[in-house]
Amino acid sequence: MPITNRHEQTILAPIRRVGMGDYLLWGSLLVLMLAGLGAWIWQYIEGLGITGMNRPVYWGVYITNFVFFIGLAHSGTFISAILRVAGQSWRAPLTRAAEAITLFSLPFGAGSILIDMGHPERILNLIFYGRFQSPIMWDVTAVGLYMLSSIVFFYLSLLPDIALCRDRLTDVPNWQKRMYKVLALGWKDSPEQYHRLEKVLDGMAVFMTMLVVTVHTVVSWLFGMTVQPGWHTALIGPFFLLGAILSGTAAVVIALALLRKVYHLEEVLHNGLFNSLRKLLITFILGWLYMMIAEHLTIGYASMHEEMVVLNDKFSGTYSLVFWNMTVLVFFVPLLIFIFKGKNNVGWMVFASVLINIGMWMERYIVIIPTETSPRLFHEMGGGSYLPALPEVLITIACFAGLVFLYALFTRFFPIIPIWETAESLPGHAHNAEPAPVSSTATGD
Amino acid sequence: MPRWGMVIDLDKCFACQSCTAACRMENNTPVAGQDQAEMGRAILWNEVLPFVEGEYPNIVETMIPRPCMHCDNPACIKVCPVQATFKNEEGVVLVDYDRCIGCRLCTVACPYTVRYFNWYQPEWPEALKEHLNPEPEVKPRPKGVVEKCTFCTQRLRKAREEAEAAGRVFNATDYIPACVQTCTGHARYFGDLDDPNSLVSKLAHSPRAFRLFEELGTQPKVYYLKQG
Repeated sequence: MPITNRHEQTILAPIRRVGMGDYLLWGSLLVLMLAGLGAWIWQYIEGLGITGMNRPVYWGVYITNFVFFIGLAHSGTFISAILRVAGQSWRAPLTRAAEAITLFSLPFGAGSILIDMGHPERILNLIFYGRFQSPIMWDVTAVGLYMLSSIVFFYLSLLPDIALCRDRLTDVPNWQKRMYKVLALGWKDSPEQYHRLEKVLDGMAVFMTMLVVTVHTVVSWLFGMTVQPGWHTALIGPFFLLGAILSGTAAVVIALALLRKVYHLEEVLHNGLFNSLRKLLITFILGWLYMMIAEHLTIGYASMHEEMVVLNDKFSGTYSLVFWNMTVLVFFVPLLIFIFKGKNNVGWMVFASVLINIGMWMERYIVIIPTETSPRLFHEMGGGSYLPALPEVLITIACFAGLVFLYALFTRFFPIIPIWETAESLPGHAHNAEPAPVSSTATGD
Repeated sequence: MPRWGMVIDLDKCFACQSCTAACRMENNTPVAGQDQAEMGRAILWNEVLPFVEGEYPNIVETMIPRPCMHCDNPACIKVCPVQATFKNEEGVVLVDYDRCIGCRLCTVACPYTVRYFNWYQPEWPEALKEHLNPEPEVKPRPKGVVEKCTFCTQRLRKAREEAEAAGRVFNATDYIPACVQTCTGHARYFGDLDDPNSLVSKLAHSPRAFRLFEELGTQPKVYYLKQG
């Protein structure tokens, strides 16, 4: 018995209709990406001096982007892995749209580290001379593993749908047919295959859940492991993790709303999904507030000298404008919108989610920069300052353009809603299969 | 094996900056120019930092000359992903410029901000270019790597070679870094901290002695003698 999904035609429609608008979008995104690439080449030739970075602000928006993109990548793993483990079946239509954010933002997160390096061509030194005492190695390992398992997880859950494209999309160009044929790896839609696939995905979901906690924690340890005021706190790990879940989930809302509007997927991506995400987001915003208060009250109450220099800089000094705007964008406005306006109203939810993500980028910035401008020996003498320069702006825009480009491209060649996972009937009814034993896959973390 | 350390007497230092200048010439640190220096791009392995306490007219100003602290428990070495920065057998913290990937985690991890990054290819005005120190240890560093005070490691090598050539045993007093040699007020002392009879070791145990941010547990090998 083949897959039957009453929404199949709706889901496949975007693949059949690639129009002028798409070429325009891809083209303009490519221009932005090329501008960023140009800036990177310029930076490689001239040196990092063309950025706004200096001493003591050795890290600027590149590292901010690194943390932000890795955070954004939390979206997919949260929706598909964590909610899969938790047995939340409502997530099925959104899994792929969310995972695609993970998959396409990770390269720009990892890439940001490369862009930030003074000698990117020496990256292999990490393999030749790498030592696991350094948080950079923790990051490289964790993010590398995360990227690899995200690709595998994504590809596996895509397999039945690639096969479906191979079998049912007969009107696409020949190269595209060949691509589906090759990528489908000879998938036969047999009940046994579905059974195994579910088993593997369940197992991987547990592994990915642990990995995602590890990744976001070690990203924060890049800062937390130093003795610098503002960074050296055990809370930085959970705080980064929660921020990642918040910005990731908000990104899912934005992506879903766009897909639903542009590809006319209203039937599949119904309001109920948005309402579930709304509840999650309210929880995460409150969690974020909890972390925020716990962190700053602890520092402010104890009022140790160096810590207070950084804290005052955020609360009432140079960075107060960014700090308080960030609080308004991440917390006050979105929470009010979600509680009073968000229910059944996708427009408001998207608005709040965009605010959250702008605010979360600012939050990453405000964690990183003020600590650097006030290192212990410097704050006595007025401290440092930092403003991003043109190459940093261009490269940042290029990273975001790259994420949107890969995402847009993907949705025109593969079904962005998992057809098999939302199907009414599957060969062998694999959806009702017993949850797979997972302990063996989980011990690797 | 000596454990090299420095003692700086703040009573004797009058902030003439000759240590900073001598360090430049000895170690070939590039000239950043005024614009870049104002942006915080100057590379000065040794700096004299002014600390002002109180409100005018009741102020106390302390000048702290700051080389690398050559910590026994250095924050920079722990975090280096490729072991490009390391502590040698004699306790001196060095950088392998050919291995450094320029990630700058060491620069943000150092609580003393003693590590400098080469934002551009190094440059000198023509007149200075002719007088660069020819020692291989201080050949101009490429852009994109981190550098810092080495306690003039090239001077140590030369002192050892000279002792060997003269057929005598190398003595810890045979070698001092350029900043110590040039110090106008004789405020800097240098030597083997492990030798209980050395002057630095005695001064380091003086009741006036303190180290910067001792509470961080980095165990610097640069000691200061309190002012006043």
